[in-house]
Amino acid sequence: MRWDAPASLELAREHGLSMEEYGRVLAALGRVPNLTELGIFAALWSEHCSYKSSRLHLSKFPTRGPRVVQGPGENAGVVVLGDGWVTVFKMESHNHPSFIEPYQGAATGVGGILRDVFTMGARPIMLLDSLRFGELEAPRMHHLVEGVVRGIGDYGNCVGVPTVGGEVDFHRSYNGNILVNAMCVGVARADGLFYGRASGPGNRVVYLGSKTGRDGIHGATMASDVFDEAASAKRPTVQVGDPFTEKLLIECCLELMRGGLVVGIQDMGAAGLTSSAFEMASRAGCGLDLDLDKVPVREGGMTPYELMLSESQERMLLVTAPAQLADVIAVCERWGLDATEIGAVVEGSEVRARFAGREAFRLPVTPLVNDAPRYERPFVRNSPAPPVPLPPLDDRDWGADLRTLLASPALASARPVWQQYDQSVGAATVVGPGADAALLLVPGTRIGLAATTDCNALACALDPRCGAAQAVAEAVRNLACVGAEPIGVTDCLNFGSPESPRVMGQFVAAVEGMAEACREFEVPVVSGNVSFYNETSGCPILPTPTVGMVGVVPEVRSAPRCRLEPGDIVFVLGAPEGALGATRYLQAVLGIEGGPVPAVDFAAERRAAAIVRALVRAGLVAAKDITDGGLAGALVELSGGTTGATIAVPEEAAPARVLFGEWRGRYVLAAPPQGEAAVARACAGAPLARLGTAGGQELVVRRAETELVREKIAALYRLREGCLGWLLSG
Amino acid sequence: MTELCRPRVAVVIFPGSNCDRDALAAVAAAGGEAIPVWHRAGDLAGCGAVVLPGGFSYGDYLRAGAIAAHAPIMKAVRKHAERGGPVLGICNGFQILLEVGLLPGAMLMNRSLRFVCRDVHVRVERDDLPLLRHLRVGDVMRLPVACKEGNWFAAPELLDEIERLGAVALRYCGAGDVSDLAANPTGALHDIAGLVNRGGNVLGMMPHPERRVHALLGGQDGCALFRALVEAA
Repeated sequence: MRWDAPASLELAREHGLSMEEYGRVLAALGRVPNLTELGIFAALWSEHCSYKSSRLHLSKFPTRGPRVVQGPGENAGVVVLGDGWVTVFKMESHNHPSFIEPYQGAATGVGGILRDVFTMGARPIMLLDSLRFGELEAPRMHHLVEGVVRGIGDYGNCVGVPTVGGEVDFHRSYNGNILVNAMCVGVARADGLFYGRASGPGNRVVYLGSKTGRDGIHGATMASDVFDEAASAKRPTVQVGDPFTEKLLIECCLELMRGGLVVGIQDMGAAGLTSSAFEMASRAGCGLDLDLDKVPVREGGMTPYELMLSESQERMLLVTAPAQLADVIAVCERWGLDATEIGAVVEGSEVRARFAGREAFRLPVTPLVNDAPRYERPFVRNSPAPPVPLPPLDDRDWGADLRTLLASPALASARPVWQQYDQSVGAATVVGPGADAALLLVPGTRIGLAATTDCNALACALDPRCGAAQAVAEAVRNLACVGAEPIGVTDCLNFGSPESPRVMGQFVAAVEGMAEACREFEVPVVSGNVSFYNETSGCPILPTPTVGMVGVVPEVRSAPRCRLEPGDIVFVLGAPEGALGATRYLQAVLGIEGGPVPAVDFAAERRAAAIVRALVRAGLVAAKDITDGGLAGALVELSGGTTGATIAVPEEAAPARVLFGEWRGRYVLAAPPQGEAAVARACAGAPLARLGTAGGQELVVRRAETELVREKIAALYRLREGCLGWLLSG
Repeated sequence: MTELCRPRVAVVIFPGSNCDRDALAAVAAAGGEAIPVWHRAGDLAGCGAVVLPGGFSYGDYLRAGAIAAHAPIMKAVRKHAERGGPVLGICNGFQILLEVGLLPGAMLMNRSLRFVCRDVHVRVERDDLPLLRHLRVGDVMRLPVACKEGNWFAAPELLDEIERLGAVALRYCGAGDVSDLAANPTGALHDIAGLVNRGGNVLGMMPHPERRVHALLGGQDGCALFRALVEAA
C-alpha cells in the first residue's frame, strides 16, 4: 500500500478507527484522506492521545490553586515551590510495551517521562516508579520483573537522574498485563519555563536528537487496544531507548533554553512527529510547513507515513527565530546531536508537508487536536463490596501470622529492586527509597521537594471511590512523614477496557473519589495520564489509579529520621485500632479479598497530617503511617532489623485490628524520652496513645496480661527480604 | 581568602558525565574555584588539580571509560599527572584512569552482574599522600557506590606488586554492626575500592565522596578528600 493511496473504511478500521470516526474524518476534510493522513488521524484520535473516553470525567479534577502555574494540557504540570523556584512533574504509563518487551518498554517509559519534564525548561531531579506485576509463579513473570528493573535502572542510572521511590506490588490480575508507571519531578526557575508552542510565523522548525527509524510505528494505537495471544507479534512496535543520547539532549536543551534560543519545544513522544507538530501548532494557533525530505533518517526508503508515525526515541521538535538558527545548530553540534531545520511556522491553521517534490499531506489542526471524538461511554455504578464474613479472630498464633505476612509478596522489601537504581546521583537525596516518601533538596538551596506514589488496587477493586480517595490520603500521609506539605498531584489511571460498562463504572467512581479527596486536601491535579485496555483475553486488571503527589518543605533543617532508636517512646497517633477490610493481612494470611474499604475522614486526616508535618520538621520524631501490614508491619519496617520494641496495646482492642488493621489515618511516632512532652503538646486534642519503648532485639506486643507477639526483630526484618531476593543473586 | 587566590580545580566534562555538577559543587564547598573543562579542550585552564567525575562517558559504549581515554583533554590530564599534579578519578573517572594506564588493573562487571547503589564502608590504607592527608590509616568512611563495572581485577603478579608497593588507598570493610550486606559489593580483588599510582598523586576510587559533603545528605565523610584536593591544587 503506497503512502499516498486513498484511504477507505476498511483501512480506517485496521487503524483502530470506527465507522463513525471515519465518517468524522471525511466530514472534517470534505474529501477522502490519503493513507498518511489517515494514519495521522488514527494516531491523534487514539485513546492514548485523545483521551476520548476519559476527558469528560477528568474535568471533575480540581486543577487550580494559588500555587498552580500550569495545569493539565501541557507536557507536564507546574506548581510553585517558593523563592522563585517551581517544580515540574508528571507520571505516565508504559504498560503495554513493557509486557511485550520488558527491558526496552520500561527504559523508554523512563526516557519519555524525562523528556516531558525537561522540555518545559526544568532539570529532572528525581524519578519514581510504580510497578505492578502478576504472581511470581506466573509464566514469564521472573523475566518481566527482571527486565523492567534492569530497563529502569540502565536508563535512569545513565542519564544521571536518581530513582528515589515508587512501589512494587503483585496480584494475579496483572499476570497478563503488568503496569509500569514512571514519574519524573524536575525543578526550574519560575521565569525559565518553556512551552510546546509553535508560535511566530516565519520562525524555523528544528528537528533535534536521534535519527528517525521504523521503530515504534503504531505505538499509540497499540496502547489503545487490548492484548490477545497475538500480542508478541507486536514486538516491533516497541521502541528502543538510548539513555546516552537522552543525557546529551537534556544538557543540550537546557543550554539552548538558558541561551534564549527557544521559542517553543516539545518531545516527540507517542505518535512521534505527528503529535509534536500538531499539538505545538494547535497551542499557538498557527500552522506549520514541513519538508519531510529533511528529516534525518536511520534507514533509506522511509515514506511520509513512516516518518510521521515513527516513535523513535530521544527526539525533540524545537521552534526558534530565524536569526538564532545558526546558534541553535552550533550548540547542538557541540553536544554531538543532529539538528536540522525541517520547516517553518506559518499563518493559518494547517500543517502541510512536502515529500519528494510534492505535497505529502495538508491537514487542518483543529479537527485533529481539539475535535477528537469524545465518548460518554455507558457505565454501571458498582456497589461497594459488602463486608466479608471473617473467621473467628481472637485466638490465633499472632507471631506466626506476622511471619506469614512479612514473607508474602504483599510486604516484600523492594530493596533488591531499588538497590539497582542510582539513588543519590545529583547529591540532593535527603531521604531515598524504602521510606514513606522521597525527600530531595532543590539543588543549591535548603528547600525540600518530596514525592510519593500510592495506590491500593485491591481496595479500588472493592470500592473504587473510597479506594481512590484513600490513595490520595495515603500520599498525604506519606509526605507528612518526611515533613512535606502536599502541593500537587499527577496520576496514572490504569484500567481495563472503557468499552466495558463495569470497567467504565470503576473509572468514573475512582475519578470522583480522587477528585473529592484532592479538593478536601486542597491539592490540585496538574498532569497525568490514562491507560485503558489493560486486559488480556477479556480479564481486566484491578483498577489501579496511581496517585503521584509532590510536597514541599520550605526549609529542611534536619534529615527526617526513618528508624527507631533504642530508648524511643513509641506512640500511635489516631484511632487505637485500624480496620481489616482490603488489608494485606486478609489477603496474605487469610486468603480473603474482601471489604469494606473505610471512607476517608478528611478532617481527621488533615489534622493528623499537620501535626506529623510539624513534628518531623522540628526533628522531634521518626514517623510512619500505618498501612501495609498494620502497626506490626510498621514497627518491623521502622526497626531497620536492629531495634526492637516492647509495647502494650489497649485491652479493649481486638488483636487482629490493632496488630494488622490499616486505614483510618493512623501513624506510628517515635521520639526520644526528652521529646515526650513536646509530642504530647503537639498532639493536644488529637487521639494519641503511648504504647511503649523501642530497644532490645525483640518485638514484644502485650495486651493486658497476654503476650500477643514475641519475635526476634532481625529475623522478622529478614523475612521481608526473601520474596525478591532472587533479583540480587548472580 | 579572596576570589582571586582560591585554588583552581578542573572538573572534566565528557559527554555522558553525570556527576560533574556534584563534583563542581564539592570543590566549591571545599573552598576551591571549580572550573568545568570540556572534553575537547587542549589544556586544563591553569588548574592545579583535576577531577574526572562519575557517569557514563560516551555512553560507556565499548567498555566503561574506554572511549573517554582517547578524548583530547586526556593528553593534558596525563601530562599533568606525570608532572606530579593531583588527579582524583571517581567511579567512571577511576575506570578512565585504568583505561589510560595511569592506574593498574582493569574493571570487570560486578560479581552480581548488576548495577549496585548503596552505602559501603571503606577503610583508609594510606595517609602519607597529599590527597589523603586529612585522613588516618584505619579511618572508615561511609560513602555510596553506584556502578555496574566496579569489580577491580588484576593478574596475580600485578596484584602482588600493587600490594607490595602499597598502591591500595581504600578497601571495602564491614560496617562493624549486624548489617548482613556484603562488605564488598562489586567483588573487587582484595576488597580494593581505591588505588594510587607510584607517585601518590593520582587517586582512583569507586565510591562517591562528592555525594557526601553535606550534613543533610547522609554525612560529610567526603569532605576530607575534597579539602585535600583543593589544598594540593
